[in-house]
Amino acid sequence: MNPFFSFINSSVGKKLLMSLTGLFLSVFLVEHLAGNLLLLRSDGGQAFNDYAKFMGSNPIVRILEVGLLGFILLHIVNGIRLWLGNRAARSKGYGTYRLDENTTLQSRMMKLSAALVLLFLVVHLRKFWVPARFLGEHDIASIVYYTFQQPFYVVFYLVALFIVGYHLRHGFQSAFQTLGFRTKKYQMLIEFIAVLFWFVVPLGFAVIPIYIYFFAGSPVALVQ
Amino acid sequence: MKLTLKVWRQKDANDEGRFVEYTAKDISPDMSFLEMLDIVNIDLVKKGETPIVFDHDCREGICGSCGMMINGRAHGPGRGIATCQLHMRSFSDGDEIMIEPWRAAAFPVLKDLMVDRTAFDRIMRSGGYTSAKTGGIPDGNAILVPKPVADEAFDAAACIGCGACVAACPNSSAMLFVAAKVSQLAVLPQGQAERETRVTRMVAQMDEEKFGSCSNTYACEAECPKGISVTHIARLNREFIAAQF
Amino acid sequence: MTLNSKIPDGPLEKKWSTHKFNMKLVNPANRRKYKIIVVGTGLAGSSVAATLGELGYNVHAFSYHESPRRAHSIAAQGGINAPKNYSNDGDSVYRLFYDTIKGGDYRAREANVYRLAEVSGSIIDQCVAQGVPFARDYAGYLDNRSFGGAQVARTFYARGQTGQQLLLGAYSALNRQLDNGNVKFYERREMLDLVVVDGKARGIVARNLVTGKIESYSADAVVLATGGYGNVFFLSTNAKASNATAAWRAHKKGALFGNPCFTQIHPTCIPVTGDHQSKLTLMSESLRNDGRVWVPKKKGDDRKPKDIPENERDYYLERLYPSFGNLVPRDVASRRAKEMCDNGYGVGASKMAVYLDFADAIKRLGKDAVFQKYGNLLDMYKQITGEDPYQVPMRIYPAVHYTMGGLWVDYNLMSTVPGLFVLGEANFSDHGANRLGASALMQGLADGYFIAPYTISDYLASNKFAPVKEDAAPFKDAENAVTASINTLLSIDGTTTVDEFHREFGKVMWDYVGMGRTKAGLQKALKLIPEIRERFWKQVKITGNAHDINTELEKAQRVADFMELGELMAIDALHREESCGGHFREEYQTEEGEAKRNDRKFAYVAAWEYTGKSGKPKLNKEELKFEEVHPSQRSYK
Repeated sequence: MNPFFSFINSSVGKKLLMSLTGLFLSVFLVEHLAGNLLLLRSDGGQAFNDYAKFMGSNPIVRILEVGLLGFILLHIVNGIRLWLGNRAARSKGYGTYRLDENTTLQSRMMKLSAALVLLFLVVHLRKFWVPARFLGEHDIASIVYYTFQQPFYVVFYLVALFIVGYHLRHGFQSAFQTLGFRTKKYQMLIEFIAVLFWFVVPLGFAVIPIYIYFFAGSPVALVQ
Repeated sequence: MKLTLKVWRQKDANDEGRFVEYTAKDISPDMSFLEMLDIVNIDLVKKGETPIVFDHDCREGICGSCGMMINGRAHGPGRGIATCQLHMRSFSDGDEIMIEPWRAAAFPVLKDLMVDRTAFDRIMRSGGYTSAKTGGIPDGNAILVPKPVADEAFDAAACIGCGACVAACPNSSAMLFVAAKVSQLAVLPQGQAERETRVTRMVAQMDEEKFGSCSNTYACEAECPKGISVTHIARLNREFIAAQF
Repeated sequence: MTLNSKIPDGPLEKKWSTHKFNMKLVNPANRRKYKIIVVGTGLAGSSVAATLGELGYNVHAFSYHESPRRAHSIAAQGGINAPKNYSNDGDSVYRLFYDTIKGGDYRAREANVYRLAEVSGSIIDQCVAQGVPFARDYAGYLDNRSFGGAQVARTFYARGQTGQQLLLGAYSALNRQLDNGNVKFYERREMLDLVVVDGKARGIVARNLVTGKIESYSADAVVLATGGYGNVFFLSTNAKASNATAAWRAHKKGALFGNPCFTQIHPTCIPVTGDHQSKLTLMSESLRNDGRVWVPKKKGDDRKPKDIPENERDYYLERLYPSFGNLVPRDVASRRAKEMCDNGYGVGASKMAVYLDFADAIKRLGKDAVFQKYGNLLDMYKQITGEDPYQVPMRIYPAVHYTMGGLWVDYNLMSTVPGLFVLGEANFSDHGANRLGASALMQGLADGYFIAPYTISDYLASNKFAPVKEDAAPFKDAENAVTASINTLLSIDGTTTVDEFHREFGKVMWDYVGMGRTKAGLQKALKLIPEIRERFWKQVKITGNAHDINTELEKAQRVADFMELGELMAIDALHREESCGGHFREEYQTEEGEAKRNDRKFAYVAAWEYTGKSGKPKLNKEELKFEEVHPSQRSYK
């Protein structure tokens, strides 16, 4: 086999793919958060909509967007491959298995949290991304404001962000282990950066629905 | 002490297998877990039944022969011990104990609690060595290995190949085992010549044996009788990735 | 039979190099045509199989384990000797030779021991090259420590797991040959007979422990590296499966058994706690470097150790042996501990233990340094006993550990059956009547890496081998005999399990053929042993069948052989009317209670010949000549 494919198809290679795509997606979250925080400006959503417009029209960003979707897909497909392989590696299970005494809950919940994140992603994309990209909607800010007036969506998003954080709590540091950076020397640093990703970033996202629901009063459209 | 055991009995590799309940009577807390099984086995033989088969040998935690899942834990409750070092003082009178073989597609059950771990040997065979020939070797002090490096190599080399890492891992991954060997030879000057081919071949063999992938749950480290650190897995990953370029 | 030890002529230090030159060689292109069977893949077996494979021979290695890495060599803790003189304390090949001869109480062959000392340095180099992580200092140089029976620091070590690291090194060398196809490994096979064709060892019959199949394998030479027979005593520091079956069956096929009564009792083991005990755990004697052995001065003192003030403690080894102190050889330390307990000074619940105290070492070096050196040993003690050795002194008692006796071999490590080579603990050769610490690993690897590969080549080059097929009559006969014996065992269907017999038999061996032996005791043992053996063949109960994994059947065969070997040990011990090293006849001791040799009558190797089931073993003698070291009363004072 081609050395590259045998590398990528090896167990370590598959994990490497998982960690690289995962890290890329994590970095994207930071960018995403930075853009979203524009929603907190009291300008009737102007800045955010400008930003959305830029993101929707800049050719480099559009290419990156395709890449991003590709990475999401790769992360999912590769994850499923790993899952199936790992399932086959233990064809018969234990009568009693106390994995809970040896591992963290988040590490055991990765598959579940991944499925939930995917579910959330479908709803999220349908809610905001599809209208902007395919239905010609320009005022995404209003949709956001409108959505987060509804208690159901606020709760839904908060729960979803919690799950994203939970997924990252294991995933982020795990990626560094897979890349081989998690040595005794750098362990503390990685744990510290990991906190930014699994706690600070989701928290930043969570501020938006909470802020809109409690403090932004009525939908932006009415303000205008 | 009196205990109820639920032991996995399986006649041979082709048998379905099932749990069978036994009572262990007059067990002293000073006994090792395997000595408790010895007593159960003497009873079974006297009753004309076949004894419970399990691998064991040195009974001092170094040969790596023994290994069973005890109440859902590889080598039973406690840390840093092999099954033979587990003593009955870790249990209380009246306890129910589930005893199962290591479960992994790469470790087929041979009989009862005895599994075939030769997959490990095949991994070791595919590069777990330096190509030093017998004789004609320069003086031992010609190769300097500073203490911290020697210590790091030793920490990895302490692996006893018992398979608890695979048994404890939700994915039946053998990464800790392979990492221990790769790591030992990667840090030592003696292991440099085959550094890249070694890690590539050993990982390929590990995959061929159908061990799962590592998902960094670190259950292996928690159950390793020799406390081998998952930082060796990080080193394996590093070595593997570097070897591809 | 006349025994020819084939010791080369010439001065001691030239013998091996002259011999190496005089030995015949096999052309590299022809080596592939020679098939060699290696039974046992511990240190000696793995190393010889790897080296022979590397030379290009067609090697077939057998083990009853699933992997060579399980062999009991792995349990050796303390270290391996080599006279590198890295410590600059006056060590030399000659000194190691001298110490080993003296430590063995002048019952070993000078030429063999000198060769052992000579090649031992190469072992260290070899192991380093294999990646064995020996202890190093900060500058990167190899570190040494001192060990019982020596006044120099010449022991190389890898924490308390030296045996493990050396075995993994040998295993890796073997792996390399398995990888390139020069060696084939047969796992879970137990050798049950040696096949002799036209007077030469030409193969083995083995049982596949998974399928139960009796299999034959032919070869041009057979190497036994099957370890010692300490499990004769049931309780020993040996692994549970360690057994004498391969060696004993080779003995019955004509290989003489040398000095069977020479067994070593290791002084620092964890004491027995009850009848359930299945084995004894050794604590490396390196602990005696920093630990101090003591008992209370008052008989039957029940106070806790910390309540016994310094002046009421008897540091008896330091008192009796001021120059060696706690580092006296194993036999001396063991005997003194037994004597203290027999005289009522024992400690612990059973009163069959003495203290090994690290309090001073902790005070002097600090807890961290003690942990660095002995951490894993102290942890092991804590796990087994539930007591913390950093707080309370450890309790130790001697236990059977090593057997110096074994199949008799000549200078070429060949037994009296041509083509049957015996290596490591399985042979009788280098340790005389007592083995010094850190010498077993040295001997196993010396035999395997640096001696047997030469001498086996010489044997192959000097002989002609008619092809022998595995379905030839001698193989079929051996298979039939093995099968018949297995069927007999399975058909007895008695009332007593193998373990119960083994335990009962082992107790007799320990009581009468153990640490202190007397004429009356040995005679009693010789009455009891056949009686137990007879009962065994009438009352043993083995369930299951011969066609799959049957651990009871495996044990039964081993115990049956132990019961025959045990009798030979008692016969040998009775005939040797002297005390030497590990063989202590209470009738023969100095006024100070030290072993009293009788060099005039017993400076020989007792090599016993099997004369059939009802015959009495026949004694053959190989006189030992001491040209370099003149036997004297060992003194460690």
